Amino acid sequence: MSEQSVKAEQPAATVPAAEGDSDMLVRRQTAVYVYEAPLRLWHWITVACITVLCITGYFIGSPLPTMPGEASDNFLMGYIRFAHFAAGYIVTIAFIGRIYWAFVGNSHARELFILPITKKSWYKELWHEMRWYMFLEKTPKKYIGHNPMGQSAMFVFFVLGLTFMIFTGFALYGEGLGYDSWASQMFGWIIPLMGQSQDVHTWHHLGMWYIILFIMSHIYVAVREDIMSRQSLISTMVGGWRMFKDDRPD
Amino acid sequence: MSHIETFYEVMRRQGITRRSFMKYCSLTAAALGLSPAFVPQIANAMENKPRTPVLWLHGLECTCCSESFIRSAHPLVKDVVLSMLSLDYDDTLMAAAGHQAEEALEDTIEKYKGEYILAVEGNPPLNEDGMFCIIGGKPFVDQLKHAAKHAKAVIAWGSCASWGCVQAARPNPTQATPIHKVITDKPIIKVPGCPPIAEVMTGVITYMLTFGKLPELDRQGRPKMFYGQRIHDKCYRRPHFDAGQFVEEWDDEFARKGYCLYKVGCKGPTTYNACSTVRWNEGTSFPIQAGHGCIGCSEDGFWDKGSFYNRLTDIHQFGIEKNADEIGTAVAGGVGAAIAAHAAVSAIKRLSGNNENSEDTSA
Repeated sequence: MSEQSVKAEQPAATVPAAEGDSDMLVRRQTAVYVYEAPLRLWHWITVACITVLCITGYFIGSPLPTMPGEASDNFLMGYIRFAHFAAGYIVTIAFIGRIYWAFVGNSHARELFILPITKKSWYKELWHEMRWYMFLEKTPKKYIGHNPMGQSAMFVFFVLGLTFMIFTGFALYGEGLGYDSWASQMFGWIIPLMGQSQDVHTWHHLGMWYIILFIMSHIYVAVREDIMSRQSLISTMVGGWRMFKDDRPD
Repeated sequence: MSHIETFYEVMRRQGITRRSFMKYCSLTAAALGLSPAFVPQIANAMENKPRTPVLWLHGLECTCCSESFIRSAHPLVKDVVLSMLSLDYDDTLMAAAGHQAEEALEDTIEKYKGEYILAVEGNPPLNEDGMFCIIGGKPFVDQLKHAAKHAKAVIAWGSCASWGCVQAARPNPTQATPIHKVITDKPIIKVPGCPPIAEVMTGVITYMLTFGKLPELDRQGRPKMFYGQRIHDKCYRRPHFDAGQFVEEWDDEFARKGYCLYKVGCKGPTTYNACSTVRWNEGTSFPIQAGHGCIGCSEDGFWDKGSFYNRLTDIHQFGIEKNADEIGTAVAGGVGAAIAAHAAVSAIKRLSGNNENSEDTSA
């Protein structure tokens, strides 16, 4: 584990020894500042954007029932597409900011992008975590940052998935902007690569489901770990502090 | 034949007045999206440039490109472009047949080495050494390679030559192959469509003959002037799309009102062509105007994307034909069930674990 490299804060709370156990160690609930403010802000902006993107994206593929009245009185599809494009821009800019933060933020800010695949112990811990999820281990390990399995999932599902969505998304967006637009110039090459525009639409659509699978697992695991692991999860992404529930070694 | 006539001479010989000729030049400039300043330039080129010989080959195809071409709306195009092309070889249109026809091909290749334009309609099947398409006793692929060797440029007429089209649809038993995969050392202009619009075809040829160069092409080798935008971008039903007003069923009130055909599978949003601006048959109409969605005939692989009447295309890679939402829902359902099961086991484990713990402390 890489706790040594992390600025460990003083114990946030001290719990007196349990009654009747005079020989036991003093139980301390320690807290470490893991997620800095820009990173947390990025997380929740991304949550909001992806929610908007999934809903509007779905309705672009399968539009709502026909609007009554004259065409000039309605702009529903226009608003849906606008929301999709605006959220797409925001999530992209936020993601670029997140990559920047990986360079200037603390060591945990880099976990999403760099898997320590050269470290042997990492695989051991990955195996341990998998066993924990298969109910074969009784106690999980403590982690200040991501556990190896969570880190791998973040990289494969989220970082790669979002990158794919940004690339295909702006390739499609460039079609509407026109051939000489920046989006078409930067990402237009993706369209012939995948066949034609319709194929890119289909892949982008499948990408949405890939992200949805990520969200489902992400939320489930966050809640489960919050309850069953030895550290805080959900509150950490709100306040930034990782709390540990026990003082036993890893 | 020492002197090759110019376009203008051909036109005059055909009884076209100078006034009509100038009109033709203005209309051509407009069709190509050029400013009026280009009209004298076109006229000058037409008056002075010798005709460019064109060889028009036919591979695996249905001749719809030729049918479209000879119905070009502009009468001058029909009467003149066709003759001024000096179509030295076109086995569908030429008078000669058999050995004479093949001789004409050889003569032109010999006489105008590096000067002629090769127009290809259809594509070569490569399976069984090309035996699925025989021209003059030889596989078409041989004739194509032979004729392309000394060509100045190659035009791929229609979706067959450009992408493969219907004969290349899965499982493509003859291994029909678009020409850019066979001819790799020549500039190729793709003019896709099944068929392409007549005015687009004559426009491309006129541009090349007039300016002596290829029109500006996009990433996939299509002339930008006609394939720069999607049909959806210039569709007259677009306001209904933006408003969220769609035809839901073919016989509903919205179909009669002319709402957007997006939900019934119109491929206008993913199809690059000039149908919504140039239209067909002297600008009379185009599929969407006639009340049917675009089938995307000028796009690569349009025949293999499932129904023409579905918005979301089928994905074949999963064995069964499902669209993205059906696959997504199924997988998400599976993952959801797995999560629920995992959560249940976790809860049970935790409860029993707590019991153990409490036993431990009480002990």
